[in-house]
Amino acid sequence: MNTEKNSYIFIYSTIMVVVIAAALTYVSQSLKEPQENNIRIEKMQNILASVNIVSTPKNAEEIYKKFITSSLVVNSKGEKIENAIAFDINLADELKKEKIEERLFPVYICTPNEGDSLQLYIVPLRGKGLWGPIWGYMSFQPDFNTIAGCVFDHKGETPGLGAEINTAVFQKQFFGKQIFDTVNKFTSVGIMKGGAKDDDIHAVDAISGGTITSKGLEAMVKDCLSSYQEYFSKNKAQKL
Amino acid sequence: MANKYTSLLTKPINLENPITVQVLGICSSLAVTVQMKPALVMGVSVMIVTAFSNAIISSLRNTIPNRIRIIVQLVVVAALVIIVDQILKAYVYDVSKQLSVFVGLIITNCILMGRLEAFAMSNKPWPSFIDGIGNGLGYTLILAIISFTRELLGSGTIWGYKVIPPVFYQLGYENNGLMILPPMALIIIGIIIWIQRSRNKQLIEN
Repeated sequence: MNTEKNSYIFIYSTIMVVVIAAALTYVSQSLKEPQENNIRIEKMQNILASVNIVSTPKNAEEIYKKFITSSLVVNSKGEKIENAIAFDINLADELKKEKIEERLFPVYICTPNEGDSLQLYIVPLRGKGLWGPIWGYMSFQPDFNTIAGCVFDHKGETPGLGAEINTAVFQKQFFGKQIFDTVNKFTSVGIMKGGAKDDDIHAVDAISGGTITSKGLEAMVKDCLSSYQEYFSKNKAQKL
Repeated sequence: MANKYTSLLTKPINLENPITVQVLGICSSLAVTVQMKPALVMGVSVMIVTAFSNAIISSLRNTIPNRIRIIVQLVVVAALVIIVDQILKAYVYDVSKQLSVFVGLIITNCILMGRLEAFAMSNKPWPSFIDGIGNGLGYTLILAIISFTRELLGSGTIWGYKVIPPVFYQLGYENNGLMILPPMALIIIGIIIWIQRSRNKQLIEN
């Protein structure tokens, strides 16, 4: 058979494209459920990790139900939105909305010790690294100021450099840092190239060789927390 | 016959190594070799995809129109990589996260197209499959050597574990930050090629 005829080439490529498209669609559809479940469980694990609770993919759901006792949704003015489920909100989609007033922000509330009144408040973060998105969760003490824990992750930062943001060594630096200064002005947490001063409660060390990722992380923390600023300030005022 | 298959498997490890002799797949060997773990996972993934795409293209080789053969090869490779990626995401989510963008990079790995053109288009499926495995092994071996050197000297760890005792650091030893940057991978490949050629005279061109 002459495989060089135009008609043969057309038929050949048409069949090839259709067969491969069908195969890919089938694979993608049939694996959708386990994939989405993995993403959901990873989200739970990340939320738990931000309050320093270790979980495995197997027990994440159970532990999540036990410790994350409630959740709520707020807007950028700090007003509570009814009829919205915090866990279903995808921060990436919210940040794409043009009007800031329309964006919804979830808050997860964790009760680390059963029967105790101590509650930690967890908020999600999302921003840009060097190669792709970076994201994370940060939890706050009931004073809505002191960071209780945090977890960061990334899509494809350089291993050994920017990718270090998901190591415990880097994340531990944030514990105990504060996001409001003494006159209650929002300062966020700076990430300092060359290292933060030891007594600076608003800054941590950047990653050497990972400058753009560090800067992206700093911007992410600042931008995302500033969306919660109103909500935090309101609650602070109530508690004082 | 058995002998022939063995040489298909072992030749790419030394005398026909895809990186140091065929000079294919250099780009990815610079990008993924900062640490050993992603480097080895990448090596294994490339091996699997090379083997299967070699086998598929080889069984289709008599039907593929010559004028669009590169497109057909590319479509097969891309489809395979996407399927592998989807399966990883569904069943071994941790590994898939480790690999992240590298899975996509497999498509652009020159070893794949190189072996499809050079071997699979003119050989039977089974030898092609073995050839894919062999080239994958050769690629993985070089990746392992480079990533071992870079991780040890650049971060003082092997497979993520600290191996350089803290005493060294107290005495003034420092990790070499240059090792983490891609140019050092190129220099290490150069050194590997140098050593390999000095030991195998038949590789030296006139």
